Amino acid sequence: MPPSVVLVTGVSRQLGGDLAARLAADPSIDRVLGVDTTPPSRDTRRRMGRAEFVRVDIRNPLIGKVISTAKVDTVVHASLSGHPSASGGRSMMMEMNVIGTMQLLAACQKSDTVGRLVVRSTTSVYGASPRDPATFSETTEPKALPPGGYAKDAVEIEGYVRSFSRRRPDIPVTTLRFVNFIGPRADTAFAHYFSLPVVPMVLGFDARVQLLHHEDAVAVLERATMHDLPGVYNVGADGVLMLSQAIRRAGRLSLPIPEPLVPWVGRITRRARLVDFSPEQMRLLNYGRVVDTTKLKNEFGFEPRWTTVQAFDDFVAGRALRPVVDTDRVVGVGESLVLGAARRLPGFGGDTGPAQLDAPQDQTPALAPVR
Amino acid sequence: MGEADVIPLHGSGGRPRPRPTPRRRSLTPPPADVPGEPDVREDAPTANLPVPTGPSELERSVGEVADFLRRRLAGRYSVDEFGFDPDLNENVILPVLRPLYERWFRVETIGVENVPAEGGALLVANHSGTLPLDALMTVVATHDDLPTPRNLRMLAADLVFGMPGAGSIARKAGHTLACNPDAEALLGAGELVGVWPEGFKGIGKAYADRYKLQRFGRGGFVSAALRTGVPIIPCSIVGAEEIYPKIGDLGPIARLLGVPYFPITPTWPLLGPLGLVPLPSKWYIEFGEPIRTDEYEAGAADDPMLVFNLTDQVRENIQQTLYRLLSGRRNAFLG
Repeated sequence: MPPSVVLVTGVSRQLGGDLAARLAADPSIDRVLGVDTTPPSRDTRRRMGRAEFVRVDIRNPLIGKVISTAKVDTVVHASLSGHPSASGGRSMMMEMNVIGTMQLLAACQKSDTVGRLVVRSTTSVYGASPRDPATFSETTEPKALPPGGYAKDAVEIEGYVRSFSRRRPDIPVTTLRFVNFIGPRADTAFAHYFSLPVVPMVLGFDARVQLLHHEDAVAVLERATMHDLPGVYNVGADGVLMLSQAIRRAGRLSLPIPEPLVPWVGRITRRARLVDFSPEQMRLLNYGRVVDTTKLKNEFGFEPRWTTVQAFDDFVAGRALRPVVDTDRVVGVGESLVLGAARRLPGFGGDTGPAQLDAPQDQTPALAPVR
Repeated sequence: MGEADVIPLHGSGGRPRPRPTPRRRSLTPPPADVPGEPDVREDAPTANLPVPTGPSELERSVGEVADFLRRRLAGRYSVDEFGFDPDLNENVILPVLRPLYERWFRVETIGVENVPAEGGALLVANHSGTLPLDALMTVVATHDDLPTPRNLRMLAADLVFGMPGAGSIARKAGHTLACNPDAEALLGAGELVGVWPEGFKGIGKAYADRYKLQRFGRGGFVSAALRTGVPIIPCSIVGAEEIYPKIGDLGPIARLLGVPYFPITPTWPLLGPLGLVPLPSKWYIEFGEPIRTDEYEAGAADDPMLVFNLTDQVRENIQQTLYRLLSGRRNAFLG
């Protein structure tokens, strides 16, 4: 049954704002309420159309009043934030994430109109370590629990959501564990990271990266809002990019940094407001994380439109990222130089080829026969 | 099983045979199996090279290297969810291992027909040699010496994946953590999976215990094979025990470095980096007859007794084959 009054948290940020805009464009929904502590940007506001903005802090019991007076029947909690500096410091971010969720859940539990809850979570709840299997399914227990920050917030939020659904088993709860978003419009830490001309990565490590196109993320939230699909789902695109490969595809240069220096570099880029990566997210750059999305496809009924590679290429094209070095050209020049040098050699066909190449031979070397 | 151990000294297939397939040496891009991937070489200047008129060997190889570099530097290749990079494996990792395989250890393979050409299969082998060169050589063997080349996907210890450098190369070569979810995912996808169930107990054993199989883990590999119904192929490797004869172990240094053992060999650490050169022993890799696991009923993987029995059967099979191969060997270095 489609909802009639939807409340979306975190509308001043991109994902919540886009979802509110998408829902407002749907005539079958009577009212769309967007809440946040700061008003959305003028652009977001214009796109949100008939959606109403209510400036309320979800940590305040006032949120319960908003839900009861508007007779909200579907709550989409999309305000989970992983950017300490954007949310006013780490402790403020934790307040908003965890205490805000507790208040919101308390209001939903009291309400007799709410009939569906959708919670945005993250695949950071799985952590990232060398002792984890290659892909995480929804039931995989993390080997190394996230030590703090964003991931720990998400783990705690999921815990409160689980106890909420124990207390109100009549309300179907959808928990969506998203991978990192990317796309031409995506305003995420990952997008900023890959826009740096020289991209730092951890020396000796090359993470597997799974991404999700921003539009797919909004579409998944919309589907969860419109239908009763209780459960926990991993949400990510098909396919994987290696971190080094992604940097090359974006035409950036990678800068390998020895592991002990990584927190320093992270702090510098945060200070310089280049990339807002929280320290625990840096671990992702070591080991990477890939999730199994079979449940999303089979039970939730959603096929991402972009693969990881396509989403990333869309991001590169949309941001008009120009390659720092034209590698095709460099290789071409090198090739003609080597060929030119070889032609001048008397024997022509000697050993001037690059070292790693084994010139094909006519037959395999004979092995010492066994007597 | 309870009777006296009769070791057939000249059993079936006991003599090495010449290699069935020629080596693959050219820098070939792997088959494009990812649909979303655009044709990576449409703008590459291979077309400019006059291929049919027969350019010189050198011109062609320079062109191949240039194509390879273009592909790599622009990120135009694909990896699977385990991080396996077939392009890199084919053109860099295997060529680096090949001289060691062909010239240094002069590996001879026996029973290659026992490895299925396609579909999931679990290769179980004995582990030895202080450093896992036996595993790397088996990767080359399953790629080069089988009638149809296969990429062996090994299951490795978590220590490997936490190590800078080694971890990321292992992932790119297609290997993954030894755990049941990964093993079952790979076997279910029809891959050839390699496992060395003795683990550190096998690879780090003293030279005096050579060719004595250690405990075969907890039989996790058998339950993975039972769940996916794939055959188990016992694989016996002779020669790897002699490459770094471990005559001692510096426990405190090993603990300091966070590794399971710190070996002392006749040359290491006495000769410094020179001690890292493996002794050139002559190797044999024998693939035994597949042990079927698809004939058991559904819940068989949860029957510990059956799992233990199958584990023992595989272990016994490899141990017997080792004895047979050893008895046919006159000298560790000449074969």
